[in-house]
Amino acid sequence: MTVSADSTAGAKKFRIDTVEHAAATPETDLPWAELGLKEDEFNRVVEILGRRPTAAELAMYSVMWSEHCSYKSSKVHLSQFGEKVTEKMKEHLLVGIGENAGVVDIGEGWAVTFKVESHNHPSFVEPYQGAATGVGGIVRDIISMGARPVAVMDPLRFGAIDHPDTARLVHGIVSGIGGYGNSLGLPNIGGELVFDSVYQGNPLVNALAVGVMRHEDIRLANASGAGNKVVLFGARTGGDGIGGASVLASESFDADKPSKRPAVQVGDPFAEKVLIECCLELFKSSVVEGIQDLGAAGISCATSELASNGDGGMHVELTKVLLRDPTLTPGEILMSESQERMMAVVTPENVEAFEAIMDKWNVEYSWLGEVTGTGRLIIDWDGETIVDVDPKTVAHEGPVYHRPFHRPEWQDQLQSDSFAAERPFGAEAIKKSILELMASPNMCDKSWVTNQFDRYVQGNTALAMPDDAGVIRVDEASGLGVAISTDANGRYTYLNPYEGARLALAESYRNVATSGATPLAVTDCLNFGSPEDPEVMWQFAEAVRGLADGCQELGIPVTGGNVSLYNQTGGVAIHPTPVVGVLGVFDDVARRTPSGWREDGQAIYLMGVTRDELDGSEFANLHGHLGGQPPALDLKTEKLLGELLVNASRDGMIDAAHDLSEGGLAAALSEMALRFGVGARIGLDEVCERDGVDLFTLLFSESQSRALVSVARSEEVRFKDMCGARGYAHMRIGVVDTEIEALDFQGHFSLPLSELKDAYEGTLPKHFG
Amino acid sequence: MPRIVVDVMPKPEILDPQGKAIAGALPRLGLTGFTGVRQGKRFELTVDGDVTEEVLEQARTAAATLLSNPVIEDVTRVEVIPEA
Repeated sequence: MTVSADSTAGAKKFRIDTVEHAAATPETDLPWAELGLKEDEFNRVVEILGRRPTAAELAMYSVMWSEHCSYKSSKVHLSQFGEKVTEKMKEHLLVGIGENAGVVDIGEGWAVTFKVESHNHPSFVEPYQGAATGVGGIVRDIISMGARPVAVMDPLRFGAIDHPDTARLVHGIVSGIGGYGNSLGLPNIGGELVFDSVYQGNPLVNALAVGVMRHEDIRLANASGAGNKVVLFGARTGGDGIGGASVLASESFDADKPSKRPAVQVGDPFAEKVLIECCLELFKSSVVEGIQDLGAAGISCATSELASNGDGGMHVELTKVLLRDPTLTPGEILMSESQERMMAVVTPENVEAFEAIMDKWNVEYSWLGEVTGTGRLIIDWDGETIVDVDPKTVAHEGPVYHRPFHRPEWQDQLQSDSFAAERPFGAEAIKKSILELMASPNMCDKSWVTNQFDRYVQGNTALAMPDDAGVIRVDEASGLGVAISTDANGRYTYLNPYEGARLALAESYRNVATSGATPLAVTDCLNFGSPEDPEVMWQFAEAVRGLADGCQELGIPVTGGNVSLYNQTGGVAIHPTPVVGVLGVFDDVARRTPSGWREDGQAIYLMGVTRDELDGSEFANLHGHLGGQPPALDLKTEKLLGELLVNASRDGMIDAAHDLSEGGLAAALSEMALRFGVGARIGLDEVCERDGVDLFTLLFSESQSRALVSVARSEEVRFKDMCGARGYAHMRIGVVDTEIEALDFQGHFSLPLSELKDAYEGTLPKHFG
Repeated sequence: MPRIVVDVMPKPEILDPQGKAIAGALPRLGLTGFTGVRQGKRFELTVDGDVTEEVLEQARTAAATLLSNPVIEDVTRVEVIPEA
């Protein structure tokens, strides 16, 4: 295919604001405020450049110094993820924070890369495309590390289930994720679905992707070697995602061109699929020196990051960019967030090989310029220089804010407001409560959503929703694989941000261990309100501190992630929602532990201790209460439970396991029974006596570090010996019974599975079906 | 019976993957005379009886709220086609 730039150069109607022109016209009024820069930030740009920025430079600085790209409010806190990492924790880490995604060694020469990101605001504006391009963006992060994407996950949070706007968002976002992910042929192996009115105007659409590669295939985003060529390939550049920056539509600030630029991007999964295969062939043939995906801030980000991570210089000609819309101005081209684009650095010797691969995959490309040793990023428009900056000042040396923060005055009162409503007492009341719990929006069956996603495509999915973690086989011969879970509890974090973040980590860790995998690494997506509100900033600071401390205690590092701030409407922020993804490794996915029991006569054990901990629970939530302290957490206990679950899986002691989290024991028993439609006889009186709690509290409390397992009769002695030797509380609470088709709480009541199933499965179809 | 036709096009600045795919396929059939393709959609709303201004207004509302996604699409026509 011949590549032409016929739609680009030439007939531009606007006047170009060159560096020379900028130097000569220092008094020009610039729309820095409309582009989101603060006055002192703008003044700093002027100081760095020693003159006013050109329109194109202003575009670059404004997007790269935005909260989204520069992490200017969060940076000072996020540094704890690096500071609190020990050498031991780095043992499996091949690439840490700062690159497109972290890379973890999983053995046998294999590495995995994984990351979670937010696409909250675009998904609120245009649910289908916003959610779809969220998947596309995170997948390109994975490709740019040199990995083949193998799975995605989507933690989702919506407003109240019965609010009229919720259906619009749920339908659009769920089909967008399915539409893009299914078209790419990537299994969607899990995530979360939460409804809470705090997310009404700010739904959270987080997207996680995981990729695998051989160690030698790791690629980094840097542009080294003066004389190497810079190439942009993939989709053409259009006006996507620059709606907010429409002031740039009049490049010289005096034109009268209508500013009609869309704030949303439209994705093309089939173009992305080709891009994946094309990039993997580039890596395999070793024809690229550095590579970067184009996401937020588009070419501004790619050029400045590639240049500042390499030898520090780059010279490109912007009219060479292939355009979908020939009316775009240079500033708009630099800011465009058009999807399915990548930028690479190629040595002159490899140019021909590169072009051959592009032609083979029928991917458009254009050579924009080359790497230089000057330490400057120079961008020309038709030969005239419109950008001349030190790329580090754009990409890495943006503003850093030490935002003021303080503990809200209402926090004490909130924490002292424990759940005090009357508790259900007696068989009928407790039975009714279980049915209500399992039919509630957050506990009900998620199949209506997950059935719209392809969970088993590619044939490597060993576990997926509704099991505790998604499990993917990496090596067909050995069975080596990974497990991933994402978790967060906004209510816990609202009650106590420090503990809430640690609880999210603990739950994710527990989910991975429950599936049988050894947890190795963490990615996080920190969704919060406005950092300019000192109370929100305190929540953020506390959550980051909690997560960093928690990672240190568990000995697994944060490898990367994303921060999403300003999730608030009309002064009301969402609950602080730090979504934590934990990745674990399996020597052989064949020994994975499913979340439902199946074999008649197996013993059911409850591991861990139950305390009276209903504050922040699903039960309290259902009864309109939010106050008190979240459940107590000891990560040493959590780690021990994890080790026991992994050992039990490795030694073949358990056939099923499920963690206890939201909804407590009532939810865990119901889910394990409903997983394969098999009942059990359950006796809880002995546990109640041991833990000093009543039946209701035992069933609905959300105490941490607990799990349910089913153990074959022949393995019971070994299992008990193992728990006993490690001093872990465990008690036999029942027996699997394939005949009774009920959860028979002996001495109290029997709950027919059919009744439970109807309650559990009816909710989502009723609202969205 | 008269029909009201509603045409919807992707906004000019928005990526149109279907149009792009067609643009890619045309030259393969030897049809090389085109430089671009945009694909929209057409709706026909059938009316029982006369098309009153009120009905037409309903069609406009339907076009703006249900038949098109105003974030990424434009309604380019709402027009009555008389009975044949």
